[in-house]
Amino acid sequence: MSSDHTHGHSAHDAPPNPYLEKHTSPEQTAALEQRVQALESLLVAKGLVSSETLDKLVETYESDLGPINGAKVVARAWVDPAYKERLLKDATAAIAELGFSGLQGEHMVVVENTPDTHNLVVCTLCSCYPWPVLGLPPAWFKDAAYRSRSVVDPRGVLRDFGLELDESTAVKVWDSSAEIRYMVLPERPAGTEGMSEEELTALVSRDSMIGVTKVEKNTLR
Amino acid sequence: MNGVHDMGGMTCYGPVKPEENEPVFHAEWEKRVFAMTMLGMGQLDTLDAFRHAIERMDPARYLSSTYYEHWLAALETLAVEKGVLTPEELATGVAQEAGKRAEGPLPPEAVPAVVQGGAPCHRTEGRLTPRFSVGAQVRARNLNPTGHTRLPRYVRGKNGTIAQVYGTFVYPDTNAHGQGEQPQPLYSVCFTAQELWGPDAATTDNLYIDLWEDYLDPA
Repeated sequence: MSSDHTHGHSAHDAPPNPYLEKHTSPEQTAALEQRVQALESLLVAKGLVSSETLDKLVETYESDLGPINGAKVVARAWVDPAYKERLLKDATAAIAELGFSGLQGEHMVVVENTPDTHNLVVCTLCSCYPWPVLGLPPAWFKDAAYRSRSVVDPRGVLRDFGLELDESTAVKVWDSSAEIRYMVLPERPAGTEGMSEEELTALVSRDSMIGVTKVEKNTLR
Repeated sequence: MNGVHDMGGMTCYGPVKPEENEPVFHAEWEKRVFAMTMLGMGQLDTLDAFRHAIERMDPARYLSSTYYEHWLAALETLAVEKGVLTPEELATGVAQEAGKRAEGPLPPEAVPAVVQGGAPCHRTEGRLTPRFSVGAQVRARNLNPTGHTRLPRYVRGKNGTIAQVYGTFVYPDTNAHGQGEQPQPLYSVCFTAQELWGPDAATTDNLYIDLWEDYLDPA
């Protein structure tokens, strides 16, 4: 991990945990819970939302949406060259072929990793993320460390995830500053020629579709 | 606004710390904030106004609070600014008067259609003819608006190349401030790492960012 490195790595001058002691003490959490309950009862009283509908929405994002969707897209692209071509040309339509569409995935672009090129997706201004294919983003994607440093030191950020790129590999960073949502098509690992689409799906991790890791044959999601 | 949210290029926040087997939500209150935002925000204002409400948080608070607290703060801000709640109601949690909405809240059965339908921002009206084509050399304007913008500081004044012409999209700088969608062309613009970060940056590396036409000049 990069924090252990001593030379040439950009995180090493930063304080160990700058500003990021989040307000998560029991007292702070209790105060937040009270604020949220108050807001919900007010919005219900005003007729803006119903608690049953809130429950349904939470259930949808906890159970129905997640990186398994994106993994299916990737595995299909690996086994079906015509699908891959459609995916790289019009990702929104190709992803919809597999039944995935909607909020925060209305305008999808898929970028392909190759032996020469590695893609990395970030949203420096907030936390834009392709929900229909990856679900809701992990905390690190939304935190300052990733959002700030991915654009200036992408190779250092990749080292934080244990990925060391060759100097000759070109890095493309995608800052999703508008309503286009990006997903990385990772490279299919060597030695997976005999695997089924379903087996391949199980190899594809969320992080590989953000572009902070590669897919490895022996790492199950 | 040149706010704390515009953090691209800073290196003071330490290493990225992924969490093993992270849950979708870390607490019950996060679920409620997420869902209230998804279902309530559209009745208050635009997504751009919501983002700007987050950007208007106290900067120290922004950095020291978690993501869904940002959403909560923005939801409270917009609910008061739009006259849906009074500050007293927010403070007490007790509604002083009934809502003025004619129609009731969205029923649970409507959730799948909302989630799968989405809210596209592409438009077929507005400024439809792009000024730049793929390969054109452009410079990101050095703009420092006090309101909402999606032009981050780290690309301002830098030279890049049009990589894609995406079509006409809602313009956040006006849409966040009740000035309408004013759709205009959106581009993927490629900047070399050396143009952005100087001669020590890798010659192999590039950054792609989506910029609206009004953020760009010919280079």
